[in-house]
Amino acid sequence: MGNNMEIADKLMNLDDAVRRFIKNGSQIALGGFTIVRNPMAVAYEIIRQGIKDLHIVCHSHGQALDVLIGAGCVKRLEIAYGGNGRYAPTCIRFKKAIQQGGIEFEDYSNYQMSLRFLAGALNIPFIPTKSGLGSDLLNLEGFSKEIRKERKVARKKLAVMQNPFIEDKDEVVLLPALTPDVALIHVQYIGEDGTVRIKGLTFADIEQAKSADIVIVTCEEIVPRSFIRLDPDQNSLPPFFVDAIIKLPYGAHPTGCFGFYDYDPKHLNMYKVLAEDDNKFKEYLDEWVYGVKNHEEYLNKIGSNMLLKIKANPVLGYAVGLDRR
Amino acid sequence: MALEYSDNEMMAISAGRFIKDGDIVFAGTGVSMLAATAAKRIYAPRAVIFFETGGIDPSLDEIPMAVSDLRVMSGTCLNSGLIEAFSIVGHRKLHTIAFLGAAQIDKYGNLNTTSIGDYHRPKTRFSGSGGACDVASFASGVITFMLHEKRRFVEKLDYLTSVGWYKGGDTRQKLGLARGGALAVVTNLGVMRFDDTTKEMYLDEYYPGVTIDKIIENTGFNIDVSKARQAAAPTELELMILRNEVDPQRLICKA
Repeated sequence: MGNNMEIADKLMNLDDAVRRFIKNGSQIALGGFTIVRNPMAVAYEIIRQGIKDLHIVCHSHGQALDVLIGAGCVKRLEIAYGGNGRYAPTCIRFKKAIQQGGIEFEDYSNYQMSLRFLAGALNIPFIPTKSGLGSDLLNLEGFSKEIRKERKVARKKLAVMQNPFIEDKDEVVLLPALTPDVALIHVQYIGEDGTVRIKGLTFADIEQAKSADIVIVTCEEIVPRSFIRLDPDQNSLPPFFVDAIIKLPYGAHPTGCFGFYDYDPKHLNMYKVLAEDDNKFKEYLDEWVYGVKNHEEYLNKIGSNMLLKIKANPVLGYAVGLDRR
Repeated sequence: MALEYSDNEMMAISAGRFIKDGDIVFAGTGVSMLAATAAKRIYAPRAVIFFETGGIDPSLDEIPMAVSDLRVMSGTCLNSGLIEAFSIVGHRKLHTIAFLGAAQIDKYGNLNTTSIGDYHRPKTRFSGSGGACDVASFASGVITFMLHEKRRFVEKLDYLTSVGWYKGGDTRQKLGLARGGALAVVTNLGVMRFDDTTKEMYLDEYYPGVTIDKIIENTGFNIDVSKARQAAAPTELELMILRNEVDPQRLICKA
């Protein structure tokens, strides 16, 4: 036990990993989905380090996206959905940023974004789908011509072409591949050999990780090599895709992590109220992000009482009977 | 004595009644979650509920608050990801029914979940497509939940996020979408369906206590009401299962 020799060069502190791999203007793929397995601790550290002009690419995202936008870290966004489920049907700072013209954005669908990551992972330039034919996702471009000349931005949002394999009219939508600078994912387990295991749903995390130049993985636990290799069918990514490993229990709080903890309804409800008001949102950041030096301080502030309330039943994966109002 | 029930309860029950054993049901958030869970508990125990996030046939002992909720990963036959989930929605072997919600709908059942006003600088921005556009493109049929208001039932959408019957008639097929289309719209006032030929929306059922005139007043386009009949009120059993088993915390039922 406790032998991390194999991953010694990848194991790092949160602040070091962010400083080393995330720059102003980086294109970042956010793992997780709305209120589950968001890379929250990394998002908070990005905010603390004052990194700006991020280009976020994601499918359906929630809390991490919203705090990053609210804190002014995001310049550009390619997205399918910004929402926190029942706790904010539309993400609040996301909504304000778009309504106030404070962000460059482009809309796709979940499947389209997932396919774009897959195309990046497969190292193909584009990928076809039937999804979206007839919709305004095809008719309207969010990005201007100027933005389309920039690094890691496709020259067109998408293209429609005739299926080349038949004579009858049959149109398909071609989507440009995504190859983000960095993918951020939060997972349950990393083995001492660097193997990644995601429990519950993987969303598009695996495609996102494989499409990115750099992969930063935060995890609940680092587990023995013998454990992670006992049942390799359960594993999600081989070690060589991962560039940075940070052990961060509750690193997705206030979003949930299957088998470990539920989303925190109290925190999400508080956020919902504070995020509505610009000044109160600043107070939220001052208190929960800038006001804590690191993840440990953040957890102390949440308190053991709440951490116990959201603790998941290890068999069912969620906190049974949690008051979610 | 007449039973009392909320709009969301009536909507969940009305939509749930569409689901048959063997259907593969795609559920979104909110009332759609309630309806899908209720359908399985009350009408179609052998229907399969699945989520775009990749959770297939969860036990749903507690109602999920989001499609990524840990509860959609619990007791499933399989946990996968988005790409796998969309391979199910559009699978040619499967009869898939999708529950969606929207901010605006037109008479052909096309949906807007993106924005109101100018797309680039909207008056109101919503969450965006998520999986809605994909599901509307691929599923065998879509049932949409709406608040029945004039500003939501519009002649022209501010943004067409998800295609229903497109411009009516056979225009959906001509786009290259081989199957699917809008099956029904379930609102707080009644249930609308679509004409077999023109694909225009008509009033199928109005709820007890709702008048046909009220539905006409709250619809922003001309709607055929000639086939309308009164819907059956929820039964005691339906409400009991919905309240005691599906949503005991009244997280969604209440509204």
